[in-house]
Amino acid sequence: MKTAVFAHRIQFALTVMFHYLFPILTMGLGFFIALFSVLHLITGDRRYMNAAKFWVRIFAVNFALGVVTGIPLEFEFGTNWSRMSALGGGVFGQTLPLEGVYAFFLESGFLGLFLFGENRVKRWVHCMSGVGVSAGSLLSGYFIVATNAWMQHPVGYSLEPSGGIRLQSFWAVLLNPFAGWQYAHVINGALLAAAFVMGGVGAFYILSGRHTNFARLSVKVAVVAGVILSLTQLFPTGDMNSRDVVRYQPLKLATMEGLFETEKGAPIAIIGMPDTPHQRLIDPVYVPEFLSFLAYGNLRATVEGLNSYPKDLWPPVELTYYTYHIMAGLGTIFIAQMLVGLFLLLWGKVYSTRWFLWSLMLAIPFPYIANEAGWVVTEVGRQPWVVYGLLKTAAGTSANVAAGETVFTTLGFAGLYLLLGLLFCFLVGRIIWNGPEEV
Amino acid sequence: MNIIWFWVLSGMLAVYALLDGYDLGVGTLHLWIARGDEQRRTSLNAIGPVWNGNEVWLLAAGGMMVVSFPRVYASGFSGFYLALMVVLWLLILRGISIEFRSQLPHPLWRTFWDTGFWLGSLLVALLLGVALGNVLRGLPVGADGYFQGTFTLLLNPYSLLTGIFALAALAWHGTNYLRVKTEGEMLERSRKAASVLFWVALALTLAATVATFAVRQDAGVNFLAYPEGFVLPLLVVAGFVGGFIARTNERDRLSLWSSTAVIAGLLGSAALTVYPNLLTSTLNPAYSLTIYNAASSPRALRDSLLANVVGMVAVILYMIYVHRTFSGKVQVREHGHY
Ligand code: HDD
Ligand code: HEM
Ligand code: HEM
Repeated sequence: MKTAVFAHRIQFALTVMFHYLFPILTMGLGFFIALFSVLHLITGDRRYMNAAKFWVRIFAVNFALGVVTGIPLEFEFGTNWSRMSALGGGVFGQTLPLEGVYAFFLESGFLGLFLFGENRVKRWVHCMSGVGVSAGSLLSGYFIVATNAWMQHPVGYSLEPSGGIRLQSFWAVLLNPFAGWQYAHVINGALLAAAFVMGGVGAFYILSGRHTNFARLSVKVAVVAGVILSLTQLFPTGDMNSRDVVRYQPLKLATMEGLFETEKGAPIAIIGMPDTPHQRLIDPVYVPEFLSFLAYGNLRATVEGLNSYPKDLWPPVELTYYTYHIMAGLGTIFIAQMLVGLFLLLWGKVYSTRWFLWSLMLAIPFPYIANEAGWVVTEVGRQPWVVYGLLKTAAGTSANVAAGETVFTTLGFAGLYLLLGLLFCFLVGRIIWNGPEEV
Repeated sequence: MNIIWFWVLSGMLAVYALLDGYDLGVGTLHLWIARGDEQRRTSLNAIGPVWNGNEVWLLAAGGMMVVSFPRVYASGFSGFYLALMVVLWLLILRGISIEFRSQLPHPLWRTFWDTGFWLGSLLVALLLGVALGNVLRGLPVGADGYFQGTFTLLLNPYSLLTGIFALAALAWHGTNYLRVKTEGEMLERSRKAASVLFWVALALTLAATVATFAVRQDAGVNFLAYPEGFVLPLLVVAGFVGGFIARTNERDRLSLWSSTAVIAGLLGSAALTVYPNLLTSTLNPAYSLTIYNAASSPRALRDSLLANVVGMVAVILYMIYVHRTFSGKVQVREHGHY
């Protein structure tokens, strides 16, 4: 039984984390492509069209992988989480068909027009279909985040005497208070990652002395967008996200922060390693009273520690703690890096400061790491619940699937996804190597 | 409400089978009808702008099943666990093959993905037919509403027959689509293939119908109870008549409409046959999951229907727009993305 549950969890974690590598660019880069095509339509400047055309080639490869890795997830609600779906399908399932009907159709229909229709439709229709693709992917993000938010903080349902649950309010599910800031933070993270990708590729071209016109535009857009986005990633979206966690899942907050004891005027640990058996942090560096301030806006507020809860409700402490610190730490570094970039840009030196361009180029993987780490915080930090406070993870899996089946197919996915990942790097690397058309 | 949802779901799945059906059919014959790089590109560009949208019908239907009949979704998907994982791998292979084939000019690269597209399409079509067969035949659903569908259980002679039938019907549908979308040599080859596949599809339809009466004692009962249901088999007959007329001449569009009618009519008849069961239990009729005992609360059904109807109208309108924009013969040189 235990192996079976574990196998379902590993399978889901593997497939969803691999999938999420692609929506990041679909949502993030899609927005910038739409922006470039609108700018081209307005100003008639060929450089924008050229940039849109280059990025759309990468987008298409990325999108294909997003689609094929997304389909398994939709199935997995039934194949791996059948007892959860049977219990809550009528409630959290509300958002799933909406995602298909209102977002995926839009995305795929307009992408067809955008890729194939350049010579068949009017220029503005072509441009609007780019906007449609972006709108579709941003919308799909909302519906799936709302699904996830319901599992973090179930709302809009009532319990039946039989133990089942039924829908009370469609709008409460759709407009879950947990979803708002979570969505803002996720989209912001995707846009930030796209800005880093553009900047990194631009820096690569400048450093190797190719495609300089295109590269300068990319670096400029990346730095300007990057400053704004790295700041909004922290405040308000990250900060407000934390407040939702404080309000709805205080135990998760204590785990994220490695706070074992309930404290009045709780300090925040900048670094330190949790030692769960002894319930302490090793080598911590604290900022006194700051956690109370962040959580409640008051230096003297009491923050509940892990000790206030029975041990069998604790999430895995180390994983939650580290992934949270990786995400927030990287976020801080991004802000610093982009502020330096802005300074160089205003000073007119950004295209000639080689160490900065190197740092930009090497930074490409890190927003991906931060995004994935964020999801691990969110998902692992709510354990042992799959639906918070309502259904334990161990009671949500498919009981009629043998552990061996899940282990086997997980290995299959692992192998297949390894190949897909290599292919993706190869194809995108090739597109970048060949570079954009010269104008 | 439960009855409406039953037909909404059946309708969504039927539209999926019709739209993605021609993509699958094109793939199944990809290696024979399209020879040489340019023709292969023609065949991919014929489905290129629409295949992903077509697949979304399956996803949307899946999502709708979660909200409307969550217990069926839970039981069916976990019961078919292994088979569905294989379907997923094949869908991945197929999607990637379509999208990656033209990324590199090397002939070996292209042959590899052409084969992937062919194999993925063929096996998906076959497995969808097998799944349909098992739903029609009934499954060992237990008192708790679940079953464990091992491969030995799922691959019985009846569902293998429906699998092969699905393969033939979709291949016929796909060649009809190519008849409308291509010219020259490919058009000739598609016409030839269609005239053979017409007979194969007809023969297998008859065989599958007879076999259905053999495995389900109650097959046909619903038609007597709901005589208006006879339009569905009539649609099939009309489709075959149209297909017969169009089989060897230039009436390519008629031929496509004929296979559309046949597939729609057959899926509709299948749905009416199982109604009001969604998963029929072979152990005890009382264990079957029906549109009543497997449904969500009335409120969930109502709200979801309202919320999705508006969107579906919009979807249908712009899907028509997209299909119209790309109607006519494929011009690879001018408009090809692949
Ligand atoms: C916040 C963003 C986000 C998150 C958390 C997820 N996805 Fe996703 N998904 C997208 C954002 C996205 C997207 C940007 O809309 C994609 C990426 C590429 C694409 O085609 O759309 C997509 C594609 C995509 C597809 C293919 C759609 C198509 O054929 O066009 C499916 C079925 C799913 N997703 C389902 C899921 C499920 C069941 C998830 C969680 C369990 C999930 N996604 C997490
Ligand atoms: C937004 C839609 C999402 C939904 C509906 C969702 C749902 C779920 C469910 C049902 C589980 C199983 C419970 C468990 O085993 O912990 C889970 C676990 C998990 N999810 Fe998500 N998830 C979503 C997004 C993501 C994303 C985007 C990621 C990361 C990229 C992610 C990472 C994980 C991880 C790592 C686990 C395993 C945690 C563990 O088993 O300890 N999730 N999620
Ligand atoms: C700079 C400081 C940051 C803070 C204070 C912060 C705050 C948070 C918090 C509290 C959560 C957990 C929410 C929950 O458990 O439901 C979270 C999740 C997440 N973070 Fe961050 N974050 C920061 C930086 C970043 C960065 C730089 C990225 C990526 C580029 C990122 C991407 C994510 C993602 C994808 C999630 C999961 C979805 C969600 O729950 O919102 N975060 N963040």
